[in-house]
Amino acid sequence: MAAASTSFQSAPTQTNAHRTSSASTDALLDVRALSLAFQTSEGELPIIREVSFSVAPGERVGIVGESGCGKTVTGLSLLRLLPEQTARLSGQILFEGRDLATLSARQMRAVRGRDMAMIFQEPMSALDPVFTVGEQIGEAYRAHFPVDRKEARQRAIAALAEVGIPAPERRCDEYPHQLSGGMRQRVMIAMALICQPKLLIADEPTTALDVTVQSQITDLLRTLSERTGTALLFITHDLGVVAETCTRMITMYAGEVVEDAPVDDVLMKPRHPYTSGLLRSLPSLSARRSVLPSIPGRVPSPNAMPAGCRFAPRCSYAAESCQVRQTLVALGPQHAVQCCRAAEISLPGAVN
Amino acid sequence: MSVRNLRILFPTRDGSDTVKAVDDIDFDVFQGETLGIIGESGSGKTTLGRALVSLIKPSEGQVLHQGRDPATLGRAEFRRHRRDYQIVFQDPNAALNPRMTILDSVIEPAEVLKEGNDASRRKAGLAVLSRVGLPREFADRYSHQLSGGQKQRVNIARVLMLRPKVIVCDEVVAALDVSIRGDVLNLFADLQREFGLTYVFITHDISVVSHISDRIAVTYLGKLMELGSAEDIIERPLHPYTQALLSAEPLPLPSAMRTARRIVLEGEIPSPISPPSGCRFRTRCPVAQPRCADDVPAWRELKPGHWVACHFSTADGPPSNDAIPQHDSKQGGLR
Ligand SMILES: Nc1ncnc2c1ncn2[C@@H]1O[C@H](COP(=O)(O)OP(=O)(O)OP(=O)(O)O)[C@@H](O)[C@H]1O
Ligand SMILES: Nc1ncnc2c1ncn2[C@@H]1O[C@H](COP(=O)(O)OP(=O)(O)O)[C@@H](O)[C@H]1O
Ligand code: SF4
Ligand code: SF4
Ligand SMILES: [Mg+2]
Ligand SMILES: [Mg+2]
Repeated sequence: MAAASTSFQSAPTQTNAHRTSSASTDALLDVRALSLAFQTSEGELPIIREVSFSVAPGERVGIVGESGCGKTVTGLSLLRLLPEQTARLSGQILFEGRDLATLSARQMRAVRGRDMAMIFQEPMSALDPVFTVGEQIGEAYRAHFPVDRKEARQRAIAALAEVGIPAPERRCDEYPHQLSGGMRQRVMIAMALICQPKLLIADEPTTALDVTVQSQITDLLRTLSERTGTALLFITHDLGVVAETCTRMITMYAGEVVEDAPVDDVLMKPRHPYTSGLLRSLPSLSARRSVLPSIPGRVPSPNAMPAGCRFAPRCSYAAESCQVRQTLVALGPQHAVQCCRAAEISLPGAVN
Repeated sequence: MSVRNLRILFPTRDGSDTVKAVDDIDFDVFQGETLGIIGESGSGKTTLGRALVSLIKPSEGQVLHQGRDPATLGRAEFRRHRRDYQIVFQDPNAALNPRMTILDSVIEPAEVLKEGNDASRRKAGLAVLSRVGLPREFADRYSHQLSGGQKQRVNIARVLMLRPKVIVCDEVVAALDVSIRGDVLNLFADLQREFGLTYVFITHDISVVSHISDRIAVTYLGKLMELGSAEDIIERPLHPYTQALLSAEPLPLPSAMRTARRIVLEGEIPSPISPPSGCRFRTRCPVAQPRCADDVPAWRELKPGHWVACHFSTADGPPSNDAIPQHDSKQGGLR
């Protein structure tokens, strides 16, 4: 798996936009200093700040963090699915070298579903109750390819078979409400992958499912990605799911990327206190009936962000040097961390 | 508490059929223990939990509280009795009135029971709030000013006000971020030590249930599949369903440490309106035999205190382990 190793080689500057414009020519997606603010009645509310990361072709990258850290809005920003009237985006979203942030609405529609697709936690919100699943999958294909209904239906059946739905010819003519939660999520995946996009963004696709069905869906996403070469940006709060599905993990905290590293490295040896705290909180890693570690406090709200390191009020390693704004710094060719003390502290990971 | 041949049936919405939410279940809950109940969505966990605290009447069978059937008590006695058996729900917002201050929410249950006077209730309310770790200044706030974890603490405080003996916890940490789950689970453990509480802890999260339980019951489609000590259930499960359920849990371990193999369960839990004949798990069981369609497996005690509902399990393990088709990949876990 080719990791986007060029991402972190240039020296950090004052801001998080630490990469030169010639970096990451091999990346499929290269997000540079992406910021998002919402216009509200009380003025502008900054939500994500100068987020930079990249995804190589076929790579599977997980984004983790507590709720409210900005995972979902980051995913929506990439596809420009946020309300245009209130969402203020800045920075670059380079997809195969083209900046999606500058595309017109019409150009963006050609990208969405074709080159990049997204699936969500609640498939019912994305499926239309009045059309059969076959019609909806077929229409997703016809939006980008000039085929007739008959061929679209054949492709829909093939796509349903591909995602492991039994009797796809029959299921094709059923309505979303006739399907179970796991089946609906499979239909969503079939619809998202029908045009063979190069990148699939999956926002908590298994959070509402039982663990036995969750493992079916994560296995499916992983094997489909391996077979078709579709890259995966997997948004979840479940570090176990990332460990099993992804090769790289990005930790977000309070609207910023605080750590970016290969999954195996970060599980063994996280370098950001927040990532370490998330890992240590997992009950499966503590002795039965022992006192569970937790992270004190909560994610600050967007209008009350600490001035220096945003994690400082909850961080047991906070020191004087943390009072200034932190930047994402490369610790190695594939590991970047936004913590000035990363080099001097040693943090517990999943295995100690 | 003793659950005897408990059956809970609901009519379907159009009234033409019945949902067998809980179907002939037998077990005991021992004083001072934490009994974990685990199972997939729709397996009847919430229904069972509500029946344990007399929020639902059994269609058949009984739930005995210290040998007494609350259904036989007179109204006044039943009201006094019920305060000993409380339940906390998954949604931290469900029980909190947005127009009430936190303190008022906490003392409301005691007010309904006309317990003490205004001043004594306030005093007791402030004491339990501080006991669940909420500083004094929270008392006058409203629920929308609190985080999920803080709201769940308020819900626990509400229940503690009544000084119950048993608390049923239905997915109490499911809505919380992992980073604060630990705090709430630690609080439950502390309160148990302090007040000698008995917990029935309902969850679909294997890591949570294995962490906090003394014993674990596994449900599937309205029936118990297995019941035993937490160690036995997690380390040495005897039922094919438990084994598959445990292997599906995603573990946050690096690839080099993933040793065990995952058992793939096909499909999803069937409808409880017309559950499969014989063993309910047979449509997804990787080792099902023809007999499984005909006979309902007996609830057998294969080892002291370890109960299993499978025709072919023995004290040594689930049926024909080697014959179970397994999925060779980097999936799986240590267990
Ligand atoms: N009042 C009701 N009327 C009809 N059916 C009901 C009622 N309450 C529950 N059921 C059905 O009974 C079955 C068991 O439901 P229950 O809520 O106990 O499951 P659960 O194990 O708690 O699931 P989850 O993990 O999703 O919370 C389900 O099929 C449910 O739809
Ligand atoms: N349309 C919106 N208008 C204003 N604020 C929003 C909007 N959508 C999300 N937010 C805010 O953005 C922040 C990040 O939210 P989200 O991306 O959903 O977090 P996550 O997915 O990590 O849980 C939150 O503070 C949320 O309240
Ligand atoms: S910069 Fe300081 S406060 Fe922030 S995570 Fe690092 S040690 Fe903690
Ligand atoms: S009784 Fe049969 S179907 Fe049921 S768990 Fe045992 S082997 Fe599987
Ligand atoms: Mg989200
Ligand atoms: Mg429930």
